[in-house]
Amino acid sequence: MFPDLMFYVFASVMLIAALGVVTAKNPIFSVLFLILTFLNCSGLFILMGAEFLGLMLVLVYVGAIAVMFLFVLMTIDIDFAMLKEGYASYMPVGVLTGVVLLVELILAVKSGLFSSDHLITQTAMPIPTDTQNITAIGQVLFTDYLAPFQLAGMVLLVAMIGAIVLTFRRREGVKRQNITEQVLRTRKEAVELKKVKSGQGLV
Amino acid sequence: MQDVGLTHFLILAATLFSIGVVGIFINRKNIILVLMCIELMLLSVNINFVAFSTFAGDIAGQIFSFFILTVAAAEVSIGLAIVTVLFRNRGSIEIEQSNLMKG
Repeated sequence: MFPDLMFYVFASVMLIAALGVVTAKNPIFSVLFLILTFLNCSGLFILMGAEFLGLMLVLVYVGAIAVMFLFVLMTIDIDFAMLKEGYASYMPVGVLTGVVLLVELILAVKSGLFSSDHLITQTAMPIPTDTQNITAIGQVLFTDYLAPFQLAGMVLLVAMIGAIVLTFRRREGVKRQNITEQVLRTRKEAVELKKVKSGQGLV
Repeated sequence: MQDVGLTHFLILAATLFSIGVVGIFINRKNIILVLMCIELMLLSVNINFVAFSTFAGDIAGQIFSFFILTVAAAEVSIGLAIVTVLFRNRGSIEIEQSNLMKG
């Protein structure tokens, strides 16, 4: 009974937070609602027994993605109220589409095709009952899914390089250290020997 | 209150997905909010994967969800980089003003 209760708590808070993301006036509040959504979803994942993914959601989404959204929102100086104009005129079409989509999806779910007795009984990677979730995922991820795992790493690398290349710009008039130039400097350019006569100075 | 089963999770994910779609429609001027709504939709897909994984007793769904997480992170980093560059070059993040390519 307790897990069921927790499901309803997590699910309702998650949906309310998701509505907050969509309707909040200030984008900063949208990001904060997004964080709340992710936290509740991680609670649901842990409830379902996927502890690793639940914690991963907190780490990746809350720790990285939401913070990145906040960074970008705070560095961009823009009148967000202006972007909300025309909000009401898009509302009818948007809500209509959403409701139609939701009704269709719920009809599909309720049709019984997805009920537990229709599920495929032959599983590709059965969840082992004697180990923890993290152990089970590790045993599968680093053996059967090694190639996709490496590819996911490549995707992240490409994303990182892409983000750096996109936002990098060479600014004029900024003094920075040029190591090649420093190393290639010879004694001749740097030091000059002068004979100073006593009592006269250099100039 | 009936016992929570697969159907509950599927309906929850469907609702979250629909909220994401509605969000894209009504926030169609603000690129950052559109990105956030895409995150919501990816999250609902993740819920579906994990629910099926749990109720079918197959761990492959959780692995797939893990990969979706990776792709979502990559997508957001590139998307926000593009938003930053767009703002630097055009001084605005309105989608309607991003018509340089006459698309």
